[in-house]
Amino acid sequence: MTSIDPSAPLAPTDDPVRGLGNESQWQLTWRKFVRHRLGVAGGIVVLLIYVVALIPEFLAPVTLEAYNPRYTLAPPQPFALGVQVEGDWQFRPHVKGYEAVIDYNSGRRIFTISDEEIIDIGLFVRGEPYRLLGLIESDLRLFGPLNAGDPFYLFGADRLGRDNFSRTIYGTRISMTIGLVGVAISLVLGILIGGISGLFGGLVDNLIQRNIEFIQSVPSIPLWIGLAAAIPANIPPLQVYFLITVILSILGWTSLARVVRGRFLAMRSEDFVKAARLDGCGPVRVIFRHMLPSFVSHIIAVVTLAIPGMILAETALSYLGIGLRTPIVSWGVLLQEAQNVRTIASAPWLLLPGAAVVISVLSLNFLGDGLRDAADPYDD
Amino acid sequence: MLSFVIRRTFYAIPALIAVSFISFMVIALPPGDFVDRLAQERAALGDTMTATEIQSLRAAYGLDRPVLTQYWTWISGIVLRGDFGYSFSWNLPVSEVIWPRIGLTVVLSVASLLFIWVVAIPIGIYSAVRRYSVGDYVFTFIGFLGLAIPNFLLALAVMYVAFTVFGQHVGGLFSPQYVEAPWSWGKVMDLFAHLWLPMIVLGTAGTANVIRVIRANLIDEVRKPYVTAARAKGMVETRLLLKYPVRHALNPFVSSQNDIFVDIISGGTIVAIVMGLQTTGPLLLDALRTQDMNMAASFILMLSVLVVLGTLLSDLVLGWLDPRIRYQQG
Repeated sequence: MTSIDPSAPLAPTDDPVRGLGNESQWQLTWRKFVRHRLGVAGGIVVLLIYVVALIPEFLAPVTLEAYNPRYTLAPPQPFALGVQVEGDWQFRPHVKGYEAVIDYNSGRRIFTISDEEIIDIGLFVRGEPYRLLGLIESDLRLFGPLNAGDPFYLFGADRLGRDNFSRTIYGTRISMTIGLVGVAISLVLGILIGGISGLFGGLVDNLIQRNIEFIQSVPSIPLWIGLAAAIPANIPPLQVYFLITVILSILGWTSLARVVRGRFLAMRSEDFVKAARLDGCGPVRVIFRHMLPSFVSHIIAVVTLAIPGMILAETALSYLGIGLRTPIVSWGVLLQEAQNVRTIASAPWLLLPGAAVVISVLSLNFLGDGLRDAADPYDD
Repeated sequence: MLSFVIRRTFYAIPALIAVSFISFMVIALPPGDFVDRLAQERAALGDTMTATEIQSLRAAYGLDRPVLTQYWTWISGIVLRGDFGYSFSWNLPVSEVIWPRIGLTVVLSVASLLFIWVVAIPIGIYSAVRRYSVGDYVFTFIGFLGLAIPNFLLALAVMYVAFTVFGQHVGGLFSPQYVEAPWSWGKVMDLFAHLWLPMIVLGTAGTANVIRVIRANLIDEVRKPYVTAARAKGMVETRLLLKYPVRHALNPFVSSQNDIFVDIISGGTIVAIVMGLQTTGPLLLDALRTQDMNMAASFILMLSVLVVLGTLLSDLVLGWLDPRIRYQQG
């Protein structure tokens, strides 16, 4: 004890809420969020997924384009950490090799997982050179077969013999950023329009609200399909990516605008806002210094909950073939391979990119729920 | 109540006008039209169309006139004569193609809605009353999963299971022999035999939603003093639950039905494409790909009309349930 806290006698040390009055709003929100275990778990998974989105070149065993016509539609190889040598367990990470028989009736290779052939897997193997984050030149990959060129298909192979696992990892970048970019555009629109609606009130507010209600009542997927189908087939992939995010945001901003407006309206009559105004603060300072900090945490929660919708919509559009298209690879583009029941019945692993969609949407939902509960000061 | 109904119905009219305008513009404004596409296809086959041929074809379809005029022709035809225009790629009036499809869409959507109610309301009540029980956790988890799985992926998974386990191809709403057949008792039965799978696929997300809404609201209600008072008077628990707090919790449930119905119509498009249902989805996608303008715009319009009608209905039910809404906002 070096300094004497004047409030010490009022807050005895064994009181669990000791010092609560001294914590900033962010600390309080954080404290509440940490108690929401599902939310924290979701947050950790989301963080990991974005790490994958940042450095897929390092994490994927092979490049996006790598293909091997000898292993078309090869099933996933089970991964094992060790082998049994004369009854002893030995550490030797590996997958089993394939035995291929050509079925002359269907003209296809039938693969079985071999019992003898072992393909050793190691950490930090060398592969094709790439630029990490566009800066660092490297040819290291987190893991892969020690003997380069051996088949290594954790999620199986597609009809060109490309590695489904590596492609799913690369797809993370597009699928996860399209949600972020789409939500960012929606957020700008939402804050702008919702703010105007909440600040001015009256006729402007009424007009904007009726419009929002209208947009929300339009069935989104048919409209998205209509807009996406209008994207010309011959424009560069990057523009397609951008247009798709814009299309998703056209309908996506309304819920954010509603939240912003609701908060503005509720806060306009709050005493602390009135006090700030009476102190002579201009409208800009009132908004950014006094009003915004008290609902920014809530907006973060709503934004988090808006991302999954964007990811799902992009996946659906790309699956139908009117969203993103090759050479851009997203989870939806990968799922295009699973176009009909017969393909899926013979190669069910083509649905695995869908598992990535489900996991990311699930964890974003958990994270968003946790954040929303934490941001609500009246809920205990 | 009557004035409330009239006011609400009146509010739906500007929404319908706006929705028809947007449906048409989404299809009409982007560059390129059906004739361009046709000329391209012909050229690819080695049969190049001359400029005059293209011109006269465009004039025949009315595609050479200003967009607003085209819109007016289309919408006035619908409103005055129920004529949706002519489908370029089907060479048929759109109305002949569209009505059976819309009908089946309504059947499927209503079935999904009923499925959601039947499944979600009891589970929601159970989850709220037995809060934090094992059952509650299980249902909550399934609910989260239901929200996270994209519709079309669920459809694919269901079809895969049906194909591998039952060796059955489960596309479409009818068995092959009934697809083109006129309506009969057998066809209706056949429809119901096929309907349940897409119904479950479409209803999953909504079910998850409704469980959450009912659970959250009911938990707030059962804590209130009036429930304790009723219990103290010796009321039977089930009767008490259904008579007071559940009725309170139904209000937010009814107002959430609107969004759920929008999602069913909207998600139904994709599920129908994946499962090959004879509803609006597959034809809408085809019409968009071939730039069959009247057809695509009519489909989007009719889907939106369904949604607007659904909204109107849920508003009216809400007004009927809760007098405060009837008098306050009108």
